[in-house]
Amino acid sequence: MSDLRVEKGETVLLLGESGSGKSTLLSLICGTILPDRGIVRVAGTDLTALGGGARDTFRAEQIGVIFQQFNLLPFGTVADNILLPLCFARTRRMRTGDGPAAVAALCQALGLPPDVPAMKASALSVGQQQRVAIARALIGRPPLIIADEPTSALDADSQGAFLDLLFEQAVGHGMSLVMVSHDQRISDRFDRVMRMEDIARMSRGHK
Amino acid sequence: MILRLAIASLWARALTVGMTVLAIALSVALFLGVEKVRTGAKSSFADTISGTDLIVGARSGSVQLLLYSVFRIGNATNNVTWESYQDIASRPEIDWIVPISLGDSHRQFRVMGTTTAFFEHYRYRQDRSLELSSGALMEDLFDAVIGADVAATLDYGVGDPMVVAHGLASFSEHENQPFRVAGILAKTGTPVDRTVIVSMEAMEAIHVDWAQGAQIPGQATPTDAIRAMDLTPQAVTAALVGVKSPLQTFALQRAINEYPEEPLLAILPGVALQELWGIVGIAETALLAVSAMVVVTALIGMMATIFSGLNERRREMAIFRAMGARPITILGLLVLEAMLMAAVGALLGMALLYVGLLVSQPILDHAFGLWLPITTPSLQEAYVMAGVVIAGAVVSMIPALRAYRMSLADGMMVRS
Repeated sequence: MSDLRVEKGETVLLLGESGSGKSTLLSLICGTILPDRGIVRVAGTDLTALGGGARDTFRAEQIGVIFQQFNLLPFGTVADNILLPLCFARTRRMRTGDGPAAVAALCQALGLPPDVPAMKASALSVGQQQRVAIARALIGRPPLIIADEPTSALDADSQGAFLDLLFEQAVGHGMSLVMVSHDQRISDRFDRVMRMEDIARMSRGHK
Repeated sequence: MILRLAIASLWARALTVGMTVLAIALSVALFLGVEKVRTGAKSSFADTISGTDLIVGARSGSVQLLLYSVFRIGNATNNVTWESYQDIASRPEIDWIVPISLGDSHRQFRVMGTTTAFFEHYRYRQDRSLELSSGALMEDLFDAVIGADVAATLDYGVGDPMVVAHGLASFSEHENQPFRVAGILAKTGTPVDRTVIVSMEAMEAIHVDWAQGAQIPGQATPTDAIRAMDLTPQAVTAALVGVKSPLQTFALQRAINEYPEEPLLAILPGVALQELWGIVGIAETALLAVSAMVVVTALIGMMATIFSGLNERRREMAIFRAMGARPITILGLLVLEAMLMAAVGALLGMALLYVGLLVSQPILDHAFGLWLPITTPSLQEAYVMAGVVIAGAVVSMIPALRAYRMSLADGMMVRS
């Protein structure tokens, strides 16, 4: 798939139905699985050339991940959740500087109350969880944000608000955004929209 | 922060984790408790007699001599003649010597003839002397001093009459020479508590009308006549000996063991106690092994708890993986959790042990004469606790390895 490229600062939407391979593609980009053939290059690094541990560290340093269900650790505080990626990413941690201050700044930017960082993640509303999930992906400004159907469980209003925040923070700071969804209505917000069936066709054409 | 998250994760599963920790705590408390009782019993056992350098009796086995002379268990095969006793008593190495004469009983308790020197020289639990809780030592020929258990079991008080039976399981009683309880000894936790002590002369006195182990038919010497008789003992069962210098102990022991006039045996109480403990020690080793197995069972229970929680924690592991955690970090987290549970369980077990000791110490001392000292945790106990934590880490490796493989397979894709 030499044709599938995402430029720095670009926002790409991958559209596809369930079972079309969206999550597999994200796992390939994140380096948790390796392709049978070919290479996956993120921020100039060939992931297939890295060992398992190095890929994990690379992911922690370079990629912020937002899940469908936001997937915060319910027993941790909001600050714990936001700072979690920094535990595994030294450069990103150093880039962040003062962790609690960065958490406070992110929470403020995302419109969260000042007392939220000390709260248990399980005590948050769905809207607050969305924002914390964004903050966790953005902390330390990784060059790439991966979002795996983060709006699928939200109503139209919440969906819009979530995307507004995500674009404002990610695109505003020059990060690339790759988001997978099966919802075509959000297509016009992205620089580029790709359908999984087109990608599969590209893949077949290269065999 | 990872440690804090691990603790928070455990806290979030407080009920199951609490049960697991409690199981570990109880098993650790049991193990340490058994060890405390074992060392306490061993120490109490060894403390049954102290300050006595040699025990002398007719030649038999050293354990047998110890058993009948100190623990009042079993019988002497033979006596030591009064002449031999006097001969030994006159040796220059000897600081003090106390004769004891056994063979008769009162109800289920042994009667021991001795001199008042016994109360002066008998020591137990390091250097404690016998003390009277009420009454006085024998002043009259037919006075008896009874141990605390004798008084408690038979509900005897000072001044109460008592009749000694001939032999240990005999229906023949020395009913013509009744004794009076002159004094009751304070509880010692030694066989003295279960002993009726009379004078050597009294032992002779009650056997005036006896010959060859049976009462002479039709003979009943009046008490006043007995009092006027020469009641010097014919023989003693054993003698407790204190030497002037510890250096002389072995030489005296050899001299007595090679005594030409009659076959005698002199034993070092400490050595014989060790020998005896070696025999009964098999049971304590078995008990310790059983309690160790209880700890192992509790740790396997912890392993089962971790195992059963793995599936529902797949999401948590996937989040860690997505954030950049390596599979080895997931493995480490589970091992860390297990070590935390084991450590808290071990500490709680130690706390339970000391609370249990505080509560049971006076009860055990009163009921069994078993004194369990409450001391600061020993190095050995610290090793046991460290061992529990390490064993916890080892058993947790099995579910942790499974989590490792699961997190490798799942990657960052959350499967619930």
